[in-house]
Amino acid sequence: MKNIMLTTVAAVALAGTAFAQSATLDAVMERGQLICGVSTGVAGFSIADDGGNYTGLDVDVCRAVAAAVLNDAQAVKFVPLTSKERFTALQSGEIDVLSRNTTWTYTRDVDLGLEFVGVSYYDGQGFMVRKDLGISSASELDGASVCVITGTTTELNLADYFASNGMSYEGVVVETNAETNQNYEAGRCDVFTTDASGLAANRSQMAEPEAHMILPEIISKEPLGPVVRHGDNVWGDIVRWTLNSLIIAEEKGLTGAGVAAAGDSGDPEVRRLVGAEGDKAASLGLDSDAFGRAIAAVGNYGEIFERNVGPNTPVGLERGLNAQWTKGGILYAPPFR
Amino acid sequence: MRQDLYANLTGIAVDILSNKRFRAIAFQLIVLLGFLGLLAYITRNAIHNMRELNILPKGNFLTEPGSVDNLGWVALDLMSVGARDPIWMFFVGSAINTIYIAILGIFFATVLGFIIGVMRLSPNWLVSRVAAVYVEIFRNVPLLLWILLINAIVFLPWPSPKEAIPVFDAFVASNRGLYAPRGIPLDGASTVGFVFLAGIIAAIVWSVYTRRVQAKTGKQLPVFWVNAAMIIAVPLAVFFVMGQPLSWETPQLKGFNYSGGVKLLPQFLALLTALSLYTAAFIAEIVRAGILSVNKGQREAASSLGLRPNLVMNLVIIPQALRVIIPPLTSQYLNLTKNSSLAIVVGYQEIVAVFMGTILNQSGRAVEIIGMTMAFYLSVSLLISFIMNIYNRAVALKER
Ligand SMILES: N[C@@H](CCC(=O)N[C@@H](CS)C(=O)NCC(=O)O)C(=O)O
Repeated sequence: MKNIMLTTVAAVALAGTAFAQSATLDAVMERGQLICGVSTGVAGFSIADDGGNYTGLDVDVCRAVAAAVLNDAQAVKFVPLTSKERFTALQSGEIDVLSRNTTWTYTRDVDLGLEFVGVSYYDGQGFMVRKDLGISSASELDGASVCVITGTTTELNLADYFASNGMSYEGVVVETNAETNQNYEAGRCDVFTTDASGLAANRSQMAEPEAHMILPEIISKEPLGPVVRHGDNVWGDIVRWTLNSLIIAEEKGLTGAGVAAAGDSGDPEVRRLVGAEGDKAASLGLDSDAFGRAIAAVGNYGEIFERNVGPNTPVGLERGLNAQWTKGGILYAPPFR
Repeated sequence: MRQDLYANLTGIAVDILSNKRFRAIAFQLIVLLGFLGLLAYITRNAIHNMRELNILPKGNFLTEPGSVDNLGWVALDLMSVGARDPIWMFFVGSAINTIYIAILGIFFATVLGFIIGVMRLSPNWLVSRVAAVYVEIFRNVPLLLWILLINAIVFLPWPSPKEAIPVFDAFVASNRGLYAPRGIPLDGASTVGFVFLAGIIAAIVWSVYTRRVQAKTGKQLPVFWVNAAMIIAVPLAVFFVMGQPLSWETPQLKGFNYSGGVKLLPQFLALLTALSLYTAAFIAEIVRAGILSVNKGQREAASSLGLRPNLVMNLVIIPQALRVIIPPLTSQYLNLTKNSSLAIVVGYQEIVAVFMGTILNQSGRAVEIIGMTMAFYLSVSLLISFIMNIYNRAVALKER
């Protein structure tokens, strides 16, 4: 009897250590660098300047993870990936995390061996046309040539939308934003379709942004978020809770600058979040202040949003669905307890 | 005694080892075993990793719908593939597009390559310089850049369908495509077609016959005019006698785009132009080397027989040069075929863009799809090599 008890305890203990293990975390720690897959260029989400410095909302998610894991938001290597390349890069271990306007779908989550850890931007697919085309609704697009990027949910929704509305179109299909912009601006297609955020981002990059308009129809749900490989649950939890902590911080009014004094906060959840009370992060093999560091490095979700894509940036997006659930949006992170 | 035995045994061992046949077979066996071992290792590894990610193949994905409308155009309208069609149709359709551009590319690259190659050897300084500059420009810039450049400066700036001005109400050049009238056969058109086919066959027979006559008697019968009459004039006459059994469907602007008529996509034209021009530069060098490999004495001997320079080229130099030209030419054909996979940058819908790109990405069936695509390219390459080998044998030096 005693023996059985002993073995059970030993087994649990062993299993316990095995649980806190993550091959990806070990690799990142050893490398001293996080490898993060981003887009080849979507303004406000992930784009490199001439000096190769990346900025954007998707970029900041990776920087937050690096701050949590490595205590250095700059210790990230960004790998630009087209929509088509991104999943292979993740599956094959070329990147540790994919943070690149990627829509959470059944097939990707289940059949591609991936794990979506949350939603960093609630989006939907839209259409952009030149204003001088004189069109005000997507229902007038029958017979149009449509610029679309391959390897996306966009091309799937596009086919469905036109078919279910009894319309036809001619796809002009390429692989990157840059090529699509070129085709669209040269008039090879009448319409540019992608996520509405991507349309705004692309419009901000065009020669004459005012000459283009985004049609009112939103034809799909595009919950965009970071993705990791299926199977490494601890790593998945690390990225998931880094993202959650950014969202919770905004909900709690905790800014990046406020993290230093957050240990004295009257709100126990804030104290737990920054590691001033308890040692939650230890269960993931991280330092107790890991999530506090993440928030301090890039700011809370609201700050990230305003800085990269908000109304005062060239991309100029409203919070809309991406406002906190307390402010009329659907941004809703599970409690940190 | 024991030592004798030992010496004998080593002697035998040395004998066996130094036996050429044994060594050859043994080494091949070792290599084969090593290869099989490697293959087994890779397969095991792949299966292990796929199981880890929970992406082991399940079910037959080829009959599932492709779900995308990316294959809007299949060469010669051989088939039409829509979003609800099964994935195998995307495979077949995009494979047809690859074969189509490969055949046309090979044709244009060969014609242009031969012209440039011969030009390079021209005694005229300007002509040979022009050819040399052509070769250097195209050989020294990566094909991908040529495709992008040709697309951007030749095809993108064309007017939009609304701004394009139709020529004779029948031909339109726009950035959505080149349009021309399409002939719709009416009653009696098949008779014209039949006469035309018969004309071609008769022309071939006539060519062979006149060549025989010339070889036997030295007499030259008219070939060009007789063949032209049989292929063009006679069918044309029949066409008019039958009361012109053909109506023309002209392209019409409807909404955003032209519809009707025959259409050439700019994506296709950009890729075809770039592939042909680029490969022609390599073929030109091969042709030049081939011609230079023919002994100077051959040319001099032919000239001294009184043959005109173009006959010297066609009857004496080129047939001998072909023996040197064909093997490297074959590999250029293979290159062109494989290079067509760069199509995605301009949006031409061939197998790598559509099947190995879009369909793979949407279905996630990487192993099967990459396997099928490799098998396709392998088959096409083997087919090209096979055809070229037959041709090579036909022109090879025949000992008489
Ligand atoms: N959310 C969609 C579409 C994502 C997508 O590819 N968006 C485009 C336009 S916003 C893009 O990221 N292009 C960037 C690039 O060319 O790398 C998906 O996950 O499939």
